[in-house]
Amino acid sequence: MAMAARRGATANRGQLVGILRGFSSSSSVVDSWQKNKEGIAGGKPLNLFSAINQALHIALETDSRAYVFGEDVSFGGVFRCTTGLVERFGRKRVFNTPLCEQGIAGFAVGLAAMGNRAIAEIQFADYIYPAFDQIVNEAAKFRYRSGNEFNCGGDPLWSCWPWWHYHSQSPEAFFCHVPGLKPSEAKGLLLACIRDPNPVIFFEPKWLYRLAVEEVPDHDYMLPLSQAEVMREGTDITLVGWGAQLLVMEQACEIAEKEGISCELIDLKTLIPWDKEAVEVSVNKTGRLLVSHEAPVTGGFGAEIAASVVERCFLRLEAPVARVCGLDTPFPLVYEPFYLPTKNKIVDAIKATVNY
Amino acid sequence: MAGRLAGSRAARELARRMGFMGSFRAGLSNVGGGPSLPVEICRRDAGGVSPCISSRVTARRFGTAGADEIEARECESNGNQVVNFPGGKVAFVAEMEFLAELLKERINCYRVLDDDGRTISGSSFKEVSKEMALEMYSGMVTLQTMDTIFYEAQRQGRISFYLTTIGEEAINIASAAALTMDDVVFPQYREPGILLWRGFTLQEFANQCFGNKYDYGKGRQMPIHYGSNKLNYFTVSSPIATQIPHAVGAAYSLKMEGKQACAVTYFGDGGTSEGDFHAALNFAAVMEVPVIFFCRNNGWAISTPTSEQFRSDGAVVRGQAYGIRSIRIDGNDALAVYSAVHAAREMAISESRPILIEALTYRVGHHSTSDDSTKYRPVHEIEHWRTARDPISRYRKWVQRNGWWSDENETELRKNVKKELMNAIQISERAEKPPLSELFTDVYDVPTSNLREQEALLRQTIQRHREDYPPDVPL
Repeated sequence: MAMAARRGATANRGQLVGILRGFSSSSSVVDSWQKNKEGIAGGKPLNLFSAINQALHIALETDSRAYVFGEDVSFGGVFRCTTGLVERFGRKRVFNTPLCEQGIAGFAVGLAAMGNRAIAEIQFADYIYPAFDQIVNEAAKFRYRSGNEFNCGGDPLWSCWPWWHYHSQSPEAFFCHVPGLKPSEAKGLLLACIRDPNPVIFFEPKWLYRLAVEEVPDHDYMLPLSQAEVMREGTDITLVGWGAQLLVMEQACEIAEKEGISCELIDLKTLIPWDKEAVEVSVNKTGRLLVSHEAPVTGGFGAEIAASVVERCFLRLEAPVARVCGLDTPFPLVYEPFYLPTKNKIVDAIKATVNY
Repeated sequence: MAGRLAGSRAARELARRMGFMGSFRAGLSNVGGGPSLPVEICRRDAGGVSPCISSRVTARRFGTAGADEIEARECESNGNQVVNFPGGKVAFVAEMEFLAELLKERINCYRVLDDDGRTISGSSFKEVSKEMALEMYSGMVTLQTMDTIFYEAQRQGRISFYLTTIGEEAINIASAAALTMDDVVFPQYREPGILLWRGFTLQEFANQCFGNKYDYGKGRQMPIHYGSNKLNYFTVSSPIATQIPHAVGAAYSLKMEGKQACAVTYFGDGGTSEGDFHAALNFAAVMEVPVIFFCRNNGWAISTPTSEQFRSDGAVVRGQAYGIRSIRIDGNDALAVYSAVHAAREMAISESRPILIEALTYRVGHHSTSDDSTKYRPVHEIEHWRTARDPISRYRKWVQRNGWWSDENETELRKNVKKELMNAIQISERAEKPPLSELFTDVYDVPTSNLREQEALLRQTIQRHREDYPPDVPL
């Protein structure tokens, strides 16, 4: 189970292999991935949206009180994540909603509060803001303010997909600041999120829906939330990230390695609560930390990680914590290559930190 | 089965006679032959020349035509042409007409009792037994007394906050009486009477207001934020109107379970301006769920009168905009409230549809203990509603005329309730607060690592500075 766990762990991980083969033939990455493959029963090769789709099928199959709803989910969804669900489970369990995120979120809270599993989809992360009040003031506080008389856990799980200005935002930091929610990240994680007795937000990086391919076991399995994974071992600097950004970070690690810098790369997987212990152990080994995320740098989740690590590892740190993140601007279309925390920015920051 | 059908038929008949806007003919079908709702369109200018021409428009519901049914043109018997668009057939007219922003007349208001507590001749209403009638009456009196005493307690500094339902006792108690315990309630905050009716004790109310260890909410929220899983009354939250879409989700669950129950949600005139109101009504109509939307139009949202809240004819007309059957009632008439909710519930459950009830009333009290409403409305207006339009005395007259109640009963009841309240307050006041550990529980089902860390740090701080922390919270 543990091996299967690491496997499904990141569709992220598998993705890396798929993409890296296109860009470089670094044997070390392939080797480490091969090592982790050991002992895992093979599954079919699946891309990210198919893995999500499979998770949803399993969720609806194993719980007759689970529902999937949102804009355009009936025909399969704009990213095909909900393909086949209506045909299999019917229109009463899988249905379109009117175009209204606050309605989707509010409806989900009420449905979940009655003991159902409400899997609510928000088409793009950028559209989650109208739902913010329902998520932050209602879902997150439902259990606490009622003294546990009521809860909407096993509850609203929002899948969000970023894409450009109003389709590209990474609003995870907003939700990390909200006690009561668990933002998290593919099949095993999604199933764990669906079955968690707390309201969970699940963010999916849409550009990886098709790009990310790996073998995913067919069966029903869950991954532990809040357990980070060391994707790549190293000794000179610790890199921490989550989601699609890991791909970019892996490439940067490759480049840095050629220049003799040994990088340790950690996938947090869950943001709240995040695996502080794993990061602390790593920083105690390397003495240096770099955090990278697409979301704007100011007040981003990287700031929380940096502050916590400084608290825990102050005397061990050889250099300030580096953050390579998005700019403090709305996500711009033609300027995307400038805005993003690209591998070159990360490599520069790795070198600057190591040479501090 | 027969009984239930008869009940439904009777309810429908009652609903029709009460004047629910919407379909009230038996044997409705979706295609063609839907109900006609004549809608006056425009006004004529005094000069006789006007930009629009008044005519009657018949609102009909048509089924959506499939591709093979699409015909380019069809002639109606009146010579108008009909064409298909997504959403169904519509008749074409050559004259350009705008629907008026308001109907010529406001939607009528259903009432059973006149201002003097006599049944209006010809009124149709759901009969109540003597027992039920008295239960309702004493519920209203208890609510009013509870409000008065808790309000005073706040003034004396014994509780931090309170808000009353003075003037809305009929809405609170009579609507609750028409529901069953299986109906799930999503309140705003001015509906403690529903809880009272369902059996929440005065002691339990007091415990929440004092935030002591017996409070089901574990002292986390301000006073009046009651909730009870056992009584199917979802915990009050301060944000306005957020509960309305919750009720729709809950109603969907009830429908899927096939339960003979509905969801009921309450909100004020102010709440109808929030996006959640619109989202919820639309969702409810599309998903065809058994939910009652109960709007307490009491004229004020804190200091904002309805003239500054909306320009529609109140809340009732908005139901039709979403395809929801609606009614306007006299919220200060206990029998009207009881009858309307009873009928609404029947329709909601048997037809799996949402119903909107707009109960006109007046908020006699200030918005809350943080408000002084004499700052924005005349004292004589408040007094008029407190006395001449009081729902309790009006209903009392009806009850007394039936020979079911006397002045002696009245004195006795008020005295007993007051005594029970004073006692409950004393007990609540002396009880301990919930222990410190409850600060960290229920954020999640199980406290997470960061919370455990923070609790440990907090306890260390308290150890070092015990005198800085309230002594009535056990560590």
